[in-house]
Amino acid sequence: MIVEFTLNGAPANARVEKPLSLLDLLHDDLGLPGSKAACEQGECGSCSVILDGELVCSCLVLAADVQGSEVTTVEGVARGDVLNGVQQAMHEAGAVQCGFCTPGIVVAATELFERNPNPEATEIKEALAGNICRCTGYGAIVRALELLAGPR
Amino acid sequence: MTTRTTTPGVQSRVIGGVGESPLRPDGIAKLKGEFEYASDLVSEGMLWGATTRSPYAHARIVSIDIAPALAIGGVHAVLTADDVPGRALFGLEHPDQPVLAGEVTRYWGEPVAIVAAEDEDTARRAAAAVKVEYEELEPFVDPEEADSTDAVFRRMKIRRGDQEARGTVVVEGFYEVGMQDQAPLGPEAGLAVPDGHGGVDLYATSQFVHVDQEQVVASLGLRPDQVRSHPAGIGGAFGAREDLNLHIHLCMLALHTGQPVKMVYDRSESFTGHVHRHPALMWYRHEADDEGRLVRVEARIIIDGGAYASTTSAVLANACYFAVGPYRCESVAVDGAGTRTNNPPCGAMRGFGAVQVCVAYEAQMDQLATKLGLDPLEMRRRNALATGDVLATTGQVIETPLPVVDVIDSLAAMPIVEPDSTPLPGGSGLTTEPGQVKRGVGYAIGIKNLGFSEGFDDYAQARVRLTAGGAVVETAAIEVGQGLVTVLAQLARSGLGVSRAVVRHVDTSQIDSAGSTSASRQTQISGGATLEAATRLRERIIDRHEGDDLDDEGVWRHGEVVVPMEVLAGEGWEETVTFRHPATEAPDEEGQGVVHADFAVAGHRAVVDVDVELGLVSVVRVDTAQDVGKALHPEAVRGQIEGGILQGVGLAVMEELVMNDGVIANPNFTDYLLPTILDAPDVEALLIEQDGSWGPFGAKGVGEPPTISSTSAVVAAIRDATGKAINRAPVRPQDIAL
Repeated sequence: MIVEFTLNGAPANARVEKPLSLLDLLHDDLGLPGSKAACEQGECGSCSVILDGELVCSCLVLAADVQGSEVTTVEGVARGDVLNGVQQAMHEAGAVQCGFCTPGIVVAATELFERNPNPEATEIKEALAGNICRCTGYGAIVRALELLAGPR
Repeated sequence: MTTRTTTPGVQSRVIGGVGESPLRPDGIAKLKGEFEYASDLVSEGMLWGATTRSPYAHARIVSIDIAPALAIGGVHAVLTADDVPGRALFGLEHPDQPVLAGEVTRYWGEPVAIVAAEDEDTARRAAAAVKVEYEELEPFVDPEEADSTDAVFRRMKIRRGDQEARGTVVVEGFYEVGMQDQAPLGPEAGLAVPDGHGGVDLYATSQFVHVDQEQVVASLGLRPDQVRSHPAGIGGAFGAREDLNLHIHLCMLALHTGQPVKMVYDRSESFTGHVHRHPALMWYRHEADDEGRLVRVEARIIIDGGAYASTTSAVLANACYFAVGPYRCESVAVDGAGTRTNNPPCGAMRGFGAVQVCVAYEAQMDQLATKLGLDPLEMRRRNALATGDVLATTGQVIETPLPVVDVIDSLAAMPIVEPDSTPLPGGSGLTTEPGQVKRGVGYAIGIKNLGFSEGFDDYAQARVRLTAGGAVVETAAIEVGQGLVTVLAQLARSGLGVSRAVVRHVDTSQIDSAGSTSASRQTQISGGATLEAATRLRERIIDRHEGDDLDDEGVWRHGEVVVPMEVLAGEGWEETVTFRHPATEAPDEEGQGVVHADFAVAGHRAVVDVDVELGLVSVVRVDTAQDVGKALHPEAVRGQIEGGILQGVGLAVMEELVMNDGVIANPNFTDYLLPTILDAPDVEALLIEQDGSWGPFGAKGVGEPPTISSTSAVVAAIRDATGKAINRAPVRPQDIAL
């Protein structure tokens, strides 16, 4: 079948002929390598995307199910070369090491700040509880996002 | 984070130089999802590889029928042990591991056949279709039995001082550390591209491309110049990428098919495709005098190396050398064995042997303190090793700064700050009355060597070139996420005096080895090479043009630019330096000698809340003081500290590969638990800077020390909270509640 959907604000379509995950469709077929395959069972959040406003692990979504949906990946959160607030804050706080978890954390945090621009520390942690980072110990990520949230 | 500098620090004279925290050059690409990891590589006409693995921990291979796999449409090659063109075995230190198992499989998941096909699904189907007839054999999985039957990769014997020395206060204990996984988020991945002339270019996950290349050359039976190993984008490493896994397989498939071949392990394959942290069994006896000074330490240490050697010899040696910890003691006996079993091969992981023994010796120090009625930090202070002392095990005089007392005093002085929000153990699932949650505080101090030891010729080459774009550092040193690309550029800026510098990774044919990105060594050793190359280049340029300064504008003389940068950049300036750390030696028969090049110490104080009914632990905070020499990039040092502590917390309370007769019972992220952001404690870090180490500007490696004693501190805090004599890591709910 041909799946038609909106990808990072632009119309997209793809031929899907097997039980393919949205992650594999994005990463392997549509040339968007930002969504990362690290566990492929919804535990690590490295493949997080926003699907019709909801944060999901794209490894757990069948590609065929995105027919008519809106999908935002890490490639779609910046405005061209201008980083969004989450990306800029993480860059400046040293919140990136190996970077494999980074796209998923950017997407999850972007989704949080879209619905709550001034989250508390506990809300930040709750929102990122599905994203595993093995390098940073999360300290710099929390500092970055607390700074972005600003004083309460 | 605060920094205490007891000797004058370096003032950077260049923007983005040493001591500042410039932003990562690869940060934006990683934040935008554009950074290219090994698993993202593609090539025109590329095939996909997959691996057939042994479903048994120990079996005889009766027959292999590749025909069913070859019969699948789109399959280009199916290769077995018979197809290995060169040396049948590989290994980081001792080539003892079959490239593909031919007659016997010795661990669960051992590769038996490899396939190449037109897409990943077909490759995996074909790998599953290879028909292997096995005769299952009894797996040999008990390390104590292996020790008693002499199934060992190495034994260590250390004897120092009067073996009859006796103290007045004696404690004995048995301790156990489980098998931890590095669990880097990036899976093993690579792409091999045939060059059309019988050679191959390999782009794969690695911590040490030159040693990969040597092993690939041997097993492919090629000339060294026919194999080029290229640094590729790495999603974390922590030791998991020192040994080969898919590297030789990819090159075999690429040369056999004449097409590029890509392979990416899935997560469960990754758990069998790389080595793990050695599980350890440790028996200890400490004797002290009435004032709490150590009189004698005896230890027996078994680490299980599993099926193949990997780095077991070196990990065992480290465990034994640091068996007493950062303490003085004049009478020592340590016996160690690195055993051979049918468990998964174990090798390098952050801390490399020093982590396991720290769990034991620090528990012993606490027991002694309790018996003597001493504060745990006072007990440690009375025995603290210092520069000029000898390491209790090897007898080596410590010549570089070793601020053990400073670490202890710093921890004692740090206030325990209650975090803004502390989730109770079990989070929202807590069923215990909050009043039943018990608070505990524990301390641990750890020590580790920096760089390779025991006489290994440990060096790194780096080249610094001056171009129109500024300084270019060429290196084969692997960036795994720690920030080497940032710090080498800083060193080039500070050494050369120009504010623009980038790091360019080059392949094995373009530069000599940088050594391994391990043992906390690259900042010191590749950093040392980079600084020396940049400094020498600056001197040569200024000399040649009879100037008195060099900066972004060019060469200056008497306050005027005499050679502008655009002219200089056209002159082809470059300098290549090979940097070696001070020579070490192999130990004698009693484990004595100048075995190590440098040491670093760190201490941790853990605060935990424990639900004693359900056995759940919340690690509230971990504070640390760490000996860093000089923090070249303070923010990156903090990143190493916070990340290393969380891996230590993981080993303390949740991370363990559970073995079932040699089979890993939890090879996935659902069952192998990793700390999330909700498990991460608040961390306050104090960096202790003391000049005198041989690293650039006195810098020491900082990657491993955060992981050495953080585990032990958390276990001590759980003992403090529960009053139970817990003697293992990780501490499981049943260890607390039952």
